[in-house]
Amino acid sequence: MRAPLSWLREYVELPAEVTGRELAERLIQAGLEVETVDQAGADLTGPLVVGEVLAIEELTGFKKPIRYCQVNVGQANGTGEPQNIVCGATNFAVGDHVAVILPGGVLPGGFEIGARKTYGHVSEGMICSVSELGIGEDHSGILVLPRDTPVGADATELFGLRDDVLDIAISPDRGYTLSIRGIAREAATACGVPFRDPADVELPSASGESYPASIADATACDRFVLREVRGFDTAAQTPVWMRVRLHRAGMRPVSLAVDVTNYLMLELGQPLHAFDRSKLNGPIVVRRGEPGETLETLDHVRRELHPEDILITDSSGPISMAGTMGGLATEIDEKSADMVIEAAHFDAIGTARMGRRHRLHSEAAYRFEREVDRELPLYASYRAVRMLAELGGAEVLPGVTHAQEPVTPVTVTMAADHPDRVAGITYGRATVVRRLEQVGCTVTGDDTLTATPPSWRPDLTDPNDLAEEVIRLEGYDKIPSRAPRAGAGLGLTPMQRLRRRVGRAMAGTGYVEVLTFPFTSERDADDLQLEPHESRRRALRLANPMSEDEPLLRTTLLPGMFKAAARNVGRGFGDVALFEMGPVFRPRTDAPDHAPRLRVDRGPTPEEIASVDAALPEQPMRVAAVLTGEREPSGWWGKGRVADWGDAIEAARTVAREAGVELTARADRHAPWHPGRCAALFAGETLVGHAGELHPRVTRAYGLPDRACAMEVDLDRIAGEMPDGVTGPEISTYPVATQDVALTVDAATAAADVESALRDGAGELLESIRLFDVYTGEQAGEGRKSLAYTLRFRAPDRTLTAEETTRMREAAVAAAADRTGAERRT
Amino acid sequence: MSAPNKSFDPVEVTALQPEEVARARDEALAAIAAAGDLDELKRVRLEHAGDRSPLALANREIGALPPAAKADAGKRVGQARRAVSDALKERQAVLEAERDERVLVEESVDVTLSTGRAAYGARHPVTTIAERMADVFVAMGFEVAEGPEVEAEWFNFDALNFIPDHPARTMQDTFFVGSEETGVVLRTHTSPVQIRSLLSRPLPVYVVAPGRTYRTDELDATHAPVFHQLEGLAVDEGLTMADLRGGIDAFVAGMFGEGLKTRFRPSYFPFTEPSGEVDMQCFVCRGTSVERGAPPCRTCRSEGWIELGGCGMVNPRVLVACGIDPDRYSGWAFGLGIERTLMFRHDVRSFHDIVEGDVRFTLPFGTEI
Ligand SMILES: [Zn+2]
Repeated sequence: MRAPLSWLREYVELPAEVTGRELAERLIQAGLEVETVDQAGADLTGPLVVGEVLAIEELTGFKKPIRYCQVNVGQANGTGEPQNIVCGATNFAVGDHVAVILPGGVLPGGFEIGARKTYGHVSEGMICSVSELGIGEDHSGILVLPRDTPVGADATELFGLRDDVLDIAISPDRGYTLSIRGIAREAATACGVPFRDPADVELPSASGESYPASIADATACDRFVLREVRGFDTAAQTPVWMRVRLHRAGMRPVSLAVDVTNYLMLELGQPLHAFDRSKLNGPIVVRRGEPGETLETLDHVRRELHPEDILITDSSGPISMAGTMGGLATEIDEKSADMVIEAAHFDAIGTARMGRRHRLHSEAAYRFEREVDRELPLYASYRAVRMLAELGGAEVLPGVTHAQEPVTPVTVTMAADHPDRVAGITYGRATVVRRLEQVGCTVTGDDTLTATPPSWRPDLTDPNDLAEEVIRLEGYDKIPSRAPRAGAGLGLTPMQRLRRRVGRAMAGTGYVEVLTFPFTSERDADDLQLEPHESRRRALRLANPMSEDEPLLRTTLLPGMFKAAARNVGRGFGDVALFEMGPVFRPRTDAPDHAPRLRVDRGPTPEEIASVDAALPEQPMRVAAVLTGEREPSGWWGKGRVADWGDAIEAARTVAREAGVELTARADRHAPWHPGRCAALFAGETLVGHAGELHPRVTRAYGLPDRACAMEVDLDRIAGEMPDGVTGPEISTYPVATQDVALTVDAATAAADVESALRDGAGELLESIRLFDVYTGEQAGEGRKSLAYTLRFRAPDRTLTAEETTRMREAAVAAAADRTGAERRT
Repeated sequence: MSAPNKSFDPVEVTALQPEEVARARDEALAAIAAAGDLDELKRVRLEHAGDRSPLALANREIGALPPAAKADAGKRVGQARRAVSDALKERQAVLEAERDERVLVEESVDVTLSTGRAAYGARHPVTTIAERMADVFVAMGFEVAEGPEVEAEWFNFDALNFIPDHPARTMQDTFFVGSEETGVVLRTHTSPVQIRSLLSRPLPVYVVAPGRTYRTDELDATHAPVFHQLEGLAVDEGLTMADLRGGIDAFVAGMFGEGLKTRFRPSYFPFTEPSGEVDMQCFVCRGTSVERGAPPCRTCRSEGWIELGGCGMVNPRVLVACGIDPDRYSGWAFGLGIERTLMFRHDVRSFHDIVEGDVRFTLPFGTEI
């Protein structure tokens, strides 16, 4: 809502020196979100005066029509002589009054005017157009003023060309501030000065009905008022001051009749609609839509109406969508002299739904959605017909049609000290009552107050609403600060601490964290080489995705990471190590098709909560990493080390290690990994994820360098295997005994199986085992590979003898032979 | 040196003559002093202090002396040998130092060569600033609460006092999962965590909820469809707006330093009543940039204040929806945007940088912020 200060001043007795910015400060403190204060016309400097065109000479020989005019500006130029002015517009005639800027003046935008020679004449100033004056968009012609505009008068003052305009964002609970009336009321309270209500006009005493109307659906409309005018002068022009105000408020002038309804909507907050009397057929009925009904609206769109739409109808059918948009057939036009003016109170939710359904957003609908003062229609309609009479010479018919449905008045009961208990200050009953009365409430009672909110504040329904009114008007700045008094908390949960450790550990081993958008697509599933019925293809779909290219919610972190990695590579960073930690979304097969909307007037039962949660997907926390290029960089020290499948597995182990969990790897074939270089990772018997080198088709699809590697693990599953705690180990200070063994096994045998057999066979005194050589080649034998291990033994209580150590080594080898067919290499 | 002793055994040993001992000692000392390097010193050691050196031989012969002479001779030979041994040690140290000086200088390298062979990483600043903010609340005794990102409308809207026709509940603002009829959305704020906390925790509740949230905003310099929020919630007996203010003041002090003022102005949120917006004094210029002639401040655009977030007293209707008696309990809530905070706290210019995953953006933030 854009509110010119001069307009507000009409209804608030603001001291003359108060500027727009100062008022804005006060209003912000009172809770109005003043976003900007435009100083319209601030750079306009006179002399800008009213002139009368005395003579026009059409100059010829130029590419466009040029006029050389003599304009009487009275004594404004100091001489009383006519000004000679060259002008490129042709929409004015001798005798017309116009706005003239004299040499030395500056127009809005810093356009300085001087006497200058042009088209063979000296032009002593300029005749101004609407856009040059900063009061409209129309560049085409000169602003022609009514002939009774006094010649020589200062146009800046006369038309309010210099004004501060407050642009206010209206919060949805304060529909009443979508009007000069509402903002003026707030301004008066905020500045402690008197307010005059623009709706407070004396209505003529009742004298019968106007155009017949009734309400057929009380849930759609509870007040419907019609008044009539006859003989409106269709040639009447909108006065300049009204054009200026409409422009300042952000509306375009249309015609006097439409401008009057818009002007009053801005001033009062009551949307008004004018019907051409001659185009109406029979009595008007306000009702909901009926099957198959349509209406061609003002924007020339024929709309299929919905059974819940709120409609104004006559015997021909629908003629207007209530408070949203009028119908084309009954619209007033340039010939309309007899008009029926409608002012009504429509249901806020009904109009909101209708606007949404038809994607119609009008100034009127915007106001009805945010609640309009139910008491306004009689007054607003009366002011409208009065204005049409005063400005357009219309005759006001005496009757008024007033259909209404009974409405139960709302009262709010509250302890007088409730605002004190909300704010943490003592205001006292007198202050509370005074502030509520300023808001417009009627208040009764002592310790317990009963407040009847004013008709323009339907948002005041609860004691806290009233408390807020008191607190904001007393000033939020008065609220003291009391130091926090939470009890001792338990700190972070184990899972929260784990996530932080994982992040730090990954960063510490060279990975950079990314946070990618969790949006994905079927194409990603294809690019990942997922099988047709793979569970990761079952993804949730957004009804309204940002982009139709990515309508799904991710079931794996990898595609987003691949794209982030490819972006880095594309920007010249080929050696990339990224990680991400975040949820994926896995739909439940047994989920109901919707989550119930529980009631809100009491707490839900555990069963009710469970019924809501059942509709939500599983959202496990995942950690993933992707690597391309060198893991250890090349440099003057020599060649670096290219990242390989092992780094990806090690990244997964880094994550698991932070949880105190040891992962075992088993060969697996799992997209998007290379079928021969993919490990399934287990914590105990629980599968927690996969790691390895990516499938070449995957790296190609995502534009990643060859042999890029990745891992993805489920952190929730890893955390599920987290040991309870560490028992401090006893450290033996006896010497270590080292034994090397070289084994050959079938090339397909997993090294992990050999190692675990050695471990089991070696017994408790085995301290560590390390694979120090892997060899496949002639000496290992056809189809065999050689694995060489160092076993370290140590006893807690003695120095091991050579015999003991040898025995343990032989036991280890025997176990490996037994379980993996390993043979001792000699 | 003592005079010859007349009680000496007649069988005199030449080597033990005082003159002989002194000579052997002096020769040894001279040779030691003359040794030019460690090898030479080694030879000198063998010759003058080795098993077959004159002093060693002399020492051996002491045993042959009559008991009366033993002490005197022993003393003399011992002194000589100690002198030689000390000299050797001293010379050894000098020569070693000389050698080290020479060799280690030869082994010197250019320590300005680059050493970057271990890749280093970083955590995303949105993660670390969220942790930092949460920690300020944790220090006040709050616990960190979490909830799902795909959330039921009941938690995201209904329980938070959004009426069924609230404009936020449309595809204009909210991502719907499946269709508008499923009652399942991508949470539009972290406030549903308030509801989940109030339903699952015993009262009083003091929690802070950081998390990822979603709205249908196009990605531009200051908006993104995916972003993060953090909010604090306190529900206890007798909480007032003074407690709200105290909580926020403590947060500002913990996050931006002590002594910064905050200011409140009324606002509107369905789930708080009364509601407010809170500004904090600019932590860079501390409000001085508004003064005439003062240098401009980029952080607050020379306004002196920075918009921090929204806050309010938990709407009693929200408490009712969570089964809490609003006559007995009251609460406050305070929420803010994490990316926005990151942007003004660290002068980040565009949301694009935060979401693209470019390592050049993230690396400077390290692992804590
Ligand atoms: Zn500043």
